[in-house]
Amino acid sequence: MKADTHFAFFDEGSKKEIRRAVLHAVAIPGYQVPFASREMPIARGWGTGGLQITLSIIGREDVLKVIDQGADESVNAVSIKKLVQDTTGVLTTESTQDASVIQSRHRIPEVPLTKEQILVLQVPMPEPLRPVEASEYQTKRLHAEDEYSGAWLLLFEQIMKYGRTATDADHPVVVNDRYLMAPSPIPRFDNPKMHQSEALILLGAGREKKIYAVPPYTDVTSLAFDDYPFTVESFEGKRCRLCGAEDVFMDELIDEENGETVYQCNDTSYCLERLNQQAKAEVEKEHV
Amino acid sequence: MFEEALLHVCNLNKQFGSGCSQCSNPSSRMLEKNYCPACGTVYACQDISFDLFPGEILGIVGESGSGKSTMMQCMYFDEEVTSGEAFINDTTLEGENVFALSSQKKRYIRNNKYGMVYQNPVHGLKMNFSSVGNIAEKLIAAGNRHVADMEQTSRELLESVHIPLFRMKEEPQYFSGGMQQRVQIAKALSNNPPVLFLDEVTTGLDLSVQANVLDLIKNIQRESGISMIVVSHDLAVIRMLADRTIVMLNGSIIEEGLTDQILEDPQHAYTQQLVYSLL
Repeated sequence: MKADTHFAFFDEGSKKEIRRAVLHAVAIPGYQVPFASREMPIARGWGTGGLQITLSIIGREDVLKVIDQGADESVNAVSIKKLVQDTTGVLTTESTQDASVIQSRHRIPEVPLTKEQILVLQVPMPEPLRPVEASEYQTKRLHAEDEYSGAWLLLFEQIMKYGRTATDADHPVVVNDRYLMAPSPIPRFDNPKMHQSEALILLGAGREKKIYAVPPYTDVTSLAFDDYPFTVESFEGKRCRLCGAEDVFMDELIDEENGETVYQCNDTSYCLERLNQQAKAEVEKEHV
Repeated sequence: MFEEALLHVCNLNKQFGSGCSQCSNPSSRMLEKNYCPACGTVYACQDISFDLFPGEILGIVGESGSGKSTMMQCMYFDEEVTSGEAFINDTTLEGENVFALSSQKKRYIRNNKYGMVYQNPVHGLKMNFSSVGNIAEKLIAAGNRHVADMEQTSRELLESVHIPLFRMKEEPQYFSGGMQQRVQIAKALSNNPPVLFLDEVTTGLDLSVQANVLDLIKNIQRESGISMIVVSHDLAVIRMLADRTIVMLNGSIIEEGLTDQILEDPQHAYTQQLVYSLL
């Protein structure tokens, strides 16, 4: 633990301000609350929004897990984990079930979250209407007037061009039948996990200085036209080459030696856990 | 004249600037055109009242700076009015002054009751979205969520404004000015609005395209009976389209009546000058 920093890096005033923004966000599901995004020891765009939320809500009892696009061991996840640990001394884990605070970039873990947990998502572009309206003044008014035809129009244009909606990640959702929200660049596969989620989901955008939230047990519906229903990425007939899992979000890899396409769990801790269980079962079977 | 007005506007005022002791009283103000020399306030619309009846085309003429476009922008809620009232003959909005409604309700009226064709298509269209998408935007705003339906409607509308269908997925930024204007008209008509505002639609178009667009407007009006307010500084356009005409000067209405009557027998000195300068 670094001796010369305040607990969780921030001074208490900063934490208080961010917690207030978080409370505000929970009170109005899906509404983007502006906050005074701080300078952090990592660059903006590298997860400062999520990091600021994590640092302001974390306590000594918490157990932290950080994921970067499904992986626990990527450089970015490790650096963030180290920073939080060095300034708070909390325990860290790679297992989803054991964590109480999970900071994630671009994925929601495969293991269902519980009401004891908080998921913090890092957001690069919090405004789902930005591609159609450049002005913040205008987008705020559009949200106020419940005028979301711009977001629908983007999907309509994709259908006209490609015959289907072509969003791969960050497919816009409506929260609690009111606010249109960017779910952060999680794959469409993860969108349904937000609906009636048991865990509190907090989303932080450090560069854009916005915090928003999906409180537990809130309705989250993905935007879809009547004749083009919302679909998630399909991995039908594919299994993880390591643990054999089906019905999970998988990475497509190309074997460089024989040019074959193989699939592998994107959530590394989930994959590892399954492998460990399989190994354990095998050992037990042999030593009966 | 026993018909009930579709749109009833009373005492619409729009000023830019806060006004001063010399100009705040309408009866005694001394303006240079519509401009107060003491404080610089511009009185763009002063006490404008008129009715729009179902199925008619109301023309508004006046020189540039006379407040025609500002009045249209106020009617379409692009600008806030300074004071005044407007009523729409509609069961859900009975007796409500539409200028005093919440911005959500104004948005509803814009999306469902009004269509607007701006002088410059840049204001009415999203130039980097496909033409069919532009038309769908208005349909989506009015609550449609069915892609095939909207595509079909857009197809029919684009056909009716003579845009070749093989270009329907192209973006209006690649279209000629006349085509852009026709896409804008198709967009404005997409949700069958009872009221259509046309702001200098033919200005800047060459003569043959002008004739095309005017023909189109006249046809639409004859077939669907939409009420229209047509703003123009071009008397020829007004003569061709409008049943009744209002003449504006320096922000006020100086003369109104049947179009033929105004063109044949202008009463006000300015209208006389305007009519006699018609080539």
